[in-house]
Amino acid sequence: MISANLSAIFYLISGILFILALRGLSSPETSRQGNFFGILGMIIAITVTFLTVGNFSTATIYVLLFLVVGGAIGAFIAFKIPMTAMPELVAGFHSLVGLAAVFVAISAFLNPQAFNLGLPGNIKFASLIEMSIGAAVGAITFSGSIIAFLKLRGIMSGSPIIFKGQHFLNLILGILIVILIYFLCTTQSDSFFWNMIVISFLIGVLLIIPIGGADMPVVISMLNSYSGWAAAGIGFTLENTALIITGALVGSSGAILSYIMCKGMNRSFFSVILGGFGGDSNADTGKKKDQKPVKSGNAEDAAFLLKNASSVIIVPGYGMAVAQAQHALREMVDSLKKNDIKVSYAVHPVAGRMPGHMNVLLAEANVPYDEVFELDEINNDFANTDVAFVIGANDVTNPVAKTDPQSPIYGMPVLDVEKCKSILFVKRSLSPGYAGVDNELFYRDNTMMLFADAKKMTEDIVKNI
Amino acid sequence: MEIDPFIFRFSIFILSIFVGYYVVWSVTPSLHTPLMSVTNAISSVIIVGAIIAALASSSSDIFGTSNIFGFLAIVLAAVNIFGGFLVTQRMLQMYKKKKKDKK
Repeated sequence: MISANLSAIFYLISGILFILALRGLSSPETSRQGNFFGILGMIIAITVTFLTVGNFSTATIYVLLFLVVGGAIGAFIAFKIPMTAMPELVAGFHSLVGLAAVFVAISAFLNPQAFNLGLPGNIKFASLIEMSIGAAVGAITFSGSIIAFLKLRGIMSGSPIIFKGQHFLNLILGILIVILIYFLCTTQSDSFFWNMIVISFLIGVLLIIPIGGADMPVVISMLNSYSGWAAAGIGFTLENTALIITGALVGSSGAILSYIMCKGMNRSFFSVILGGFGGDSNADTGKKKDQKPVKSGNAEDAAFLLKNASSVIIVPGYGMAVAQAQHALREMVDSLKKNDIKVSYAVHPVAGRMPGHMNVLLAEANVPYDEVFELDEINNDFANTDVAFVIGANDVTNPVAKTDPQSPIYGMPVLDVEKCKSILFVKRSLSPGYAGVDNELFYRDNTMMLFADAKKMTEDIVKNI
Repeated sequence: MEIDPFIFRFSIFILSIFVGYYVVWSVTPSLHTPLMSVTNAISSVIIVGAIIAALASSSSDIFGTSNIFGFLAIVLAAVNIFGGFLVTQRMLQMYKKKKKDKK
């Protein structure tokens, strides 16, 4: 058994290690070391907890057993999960953090002595507030993440579910939670505690169902943030520095990512939360579509264009990942490089289903990360590039975002693909993207549409180079 | 007059938000997915509370209601810790530099 002061020092150390873990992610070279710091911090925190509690009994064996069971499940998932399913995985993991926070809050409420919070029915005022906040945010994170998971997995439709008075209902429920916490603190009656948790679960569901599929990157980041605040709330209850530091880190991390995602789509955070944007893009933009002429080509034409270029920029989008075309794409790039053609990749902030998703998918296909560029790094290069190869992306290349103030995507940062000498567009059809906006690029003179499955088309191009 | 310890914890909290703010902005955008999975893993340090709850020995049997919630939370958090760190590791392994010998 070690003293409370000593264990506090160790918790501080693991908090600092967690900061270093995030710091390591500033570049791919230091990132693996960062992850190691994170693991070390976790080992220290868990070990110190065992030593602080100090009574090694049969319960300890059960704790280790449950730890191993959970760990084995986690490890199994981590090795099996395909990289395209990362968004679902992260959403699923968020739900676990949320539920764990709820469970810890419940045990603290039922057995406050174990946490030095007072006696049942006479818990310290501040602790009650802290654990209520932890439990409420945890419950919202849990049910919200479950909905996000179901939507990303396709079990639930990505289209927004909206009904009248939805936001008013959320507001009422939110106020109700505050009232319940107030009565919980004044009466110490457990029925208020349970009701508050149930309502929080409900709010989590109601918050996420109106948000459409296109806004999922924001939702995942937002839930990431919530899981952090839930952890911090519990950290205050347990008076644990490691948890407070981690909660604050994760909370601000998720908030920043939501901000970046919103900016990438030029949507205000508030309008994302209010929801109703993007789903099954059945929006009727078909009226003007068929009139305009479109140049389409086949794999041979594309191969010819690519072979005679001296520089090529690849613009991948989520469609590429859906078609599993990333490996074929890499092969194509390899053969282009053999012909001394300069190839780089341009990744839009919202390419993919979560922040940085496209980078992971490209990395998985062995694309070196120093050939992959962010929007602001590469946007000026399009003008000096011979061919832009757009595969599975759509809205993020639409010049309408720069020219037409009436367009719903006006103001969204887009890749200046149209400045290239020629554009190759691999797409199944002329259908609009998530935003439901017709892409003007399809009808440009220097655009050649390649109507096919992304993977098949890329493979055919490789054969023809 | 003495300062409530809560204020100290609150100070740590606020300062950590600032640290988080600056550290996260320095994360390269290409690593945002690993950032999310690793933050996921570290937020599971909530397991600390779960262990305390599970090992609490106020009741005579080790499977009192509050202990059971502790055990359940341990399983959930452990899935997250191992899953989160390992999947991050798996992703980071894939980030490689351009090979010098062009194939």
